[in-house]
Amino acid sequence: MSNILAMAQKEVRAYFASPIAYVVIGLFSVLFGVFYYAILDWFVKQGMQMAMGMGPQSLNVNERMIRPLFQNATVLLLFVLPMITMRTYAEEKRSGAMELLLTSPITDIEILVGKFLGALTLYAAMLGVTLVYLVALFAFGTPEWKPIATAYLGLLLFGGCFIAVGMLVSSFTKNQIVAGMMTFVVFLLLWVIDWLASSATGLFGTSAGPVVEEVLNYLSITQHFDDFGKGIIDTKHVIFYVSFITFGLFLTARSVDSERWRG
Amino acid sequence: MIEVQHLTKRYGRVTAVDDVTFRVERGEILGFLGPNGAGKTTTMRVITGYMPPTQGKVIVAGFDVFDQPIDAKRRTGYLPETPPLYPDMTVREYLTFVAKIKGVQSGDRFARVAEAMKKTAVADMAERQCAKLSKGYRQRVGLAQAIIHNPDVLVLDEPTAGLDPKQIIETRQLIKDLAGTHTIVLSTHILPEVSQTCQRVVIITKGKVVAVDTPDNLTHRLAGAETMYVQVDAADADATSAFQAVAGVTRVGLSDRHGPAVGYEVESARGHDIRRELAAAVVSKGWGLLELRPLRMSLEEIFLQVTTEEVPSRKPESAGSIEEAAQ
Repeated sequence: MSNILAMAQKEVRAYFASPIAYVVIGLFSVLFGVFYYAILDWFVKQGMQMAMGMGPQSLNVNERMIRPLFQNATVLLLFVLPMITMRTYAEEKRSGAMELLLTSPITDIEILVGKFLGALTLYAAMLGVTLVYLVALFAFGTPEWKPIATAYLGLLLFGGCFIAVGMLVSSFTKNQIVAGMMTFVVFLLLWVIDWLASSATGLFGTSAGPVVEEVLNYLSITQHFDDFGKGIIDTKHVIFYVSFITFGLFLTARSVDSERWRG
Repeated sequence: MIEVQHLTKRYGRVTAVDDVTFRVERGEILGFLGPNGAGKTTTMRVITGYMPPTQGKVIVAGFDVFDQPIDAKRRTGYLPETPPLYPDMTVREYLTFVAKIKGVQSGDRFARVAEAMKKTAVADMAERQCAKLSKGYRQRVGLAQAIIHNPDVLVLDEPTAGLDPKQIIETRQLIKDLAGTHTIVLSTHILPEVSQTCQRVVIITKGKVVAVDTPDNLTHRLAGAETMYVQVDAADADATSAFQAVAGVTRVGLSDRHGPAVGYEVESARGHDIRRELAAAVVSKGWGLLELRPLRMSLEEIFLQVTTEEVPSRKPESAGSIEEAAQ
């Protein structure tokens, strides 16, 4: 346990000692701010139209403002998270520090989990900054906090999946750019996997098609996020994300181990 | 302390290390010699548990490196060819991190870091970022990292590479000081380093061990005969026949000629000291004896002899001088 913490601490320190943390957090908050402004603007205009048109019904700020905001924020993660994960293993291998880690009395799993927690911490800090925008909503309106909390939980799990995949890709190469680009492509494929679902019947025929469609829909990591945005914590989705993360980390562990054997 | 038994390591179809067996006793310094690509680094990586062997096993401090890796690694310090530093960390941060993952108790960490920095003379750079260190300091921080948890076994891959002469002497002294309490395996391509620091030498080529012995024994064993270099100021005299007349001499050859001073190589059977007789012969002829010294094969020549298939022709006139120049 102390080894995991030492490793996670080292990772976080490495992020903040280099420009990575500042660039990632800074740019993410700028983009998030732009999204926030655009959606807020749209929401206010809708509200005014509603007030002028028909009667007393007011717009739900959670449904109409915060949920779409988080939906859009997930798109940003597609671009930002590869920058967090691409260095995890690639950098250690390039600098030779991997030799230190693998010859220390610390298991591969401890290294792996430490690295994962380190990246997750930076990601959580990045999400933490966006709280500032939401606090402003509380000052001028009365949003419910519970759906916001579940959305953050959803974002953390969703990002966790990407981090696990990103670390796996980073363990394949010594080159950070290659790792970053490959991670982005894999993320994007996972993103659009449900687009293929609609054409599954055409590709696989009427007998196998519906099954493939269901599987592809289930694998789409964006679809599992929906309920979190609505304020629902469904164990089905939590289990999906947690098992996705576990599987990603397991493959990373295998990848690191196989590198040892191959030399 | 370290037992390497029938170690074989293959990368795909390439055999990097082929059935290597040797032992290192407690407190000993073992030198690991070999041309580039001979399998030195691979062997060291298997000893330190960085990679598993294809066949055979390695036992460090009583623990099989493959079966009980954590116990073995806790007792091993390793300096790879490139010091494994984190560029963004300061030296102190880095060493503290290494102390943590090497299992140094939190109460001892500060003292261990300070001691390692003192021993390797990097304390003045404690707050400097690793990225901004010079090559010599990097190497020494790498050494500090290897000794931080006071391991029984130290594996050093070219510990003096990239250091200036003063630092090399200091590092060698440090390594010698560490021996006794630590068991050390070091690889190097600087041959005099081996004769100065190591008690035993393993010469490896193409993945196979070709010689294991003390540097002195190697120098003796591989030389077939004793050779003396004699320089006399007898330009016109026939010294060759005079030397041949000395009992025990098997061969006399002209070596060099500088004006009146003429150098000869005089060979005799092994274990046959003919210096006294040679000196007497020179004096009886009335010549001046300018120089008389034994020629030994330098480690360079032994190294070449055992690592190349064709035995190179011996050039004794350079033998002594290379060793001296290198020192």
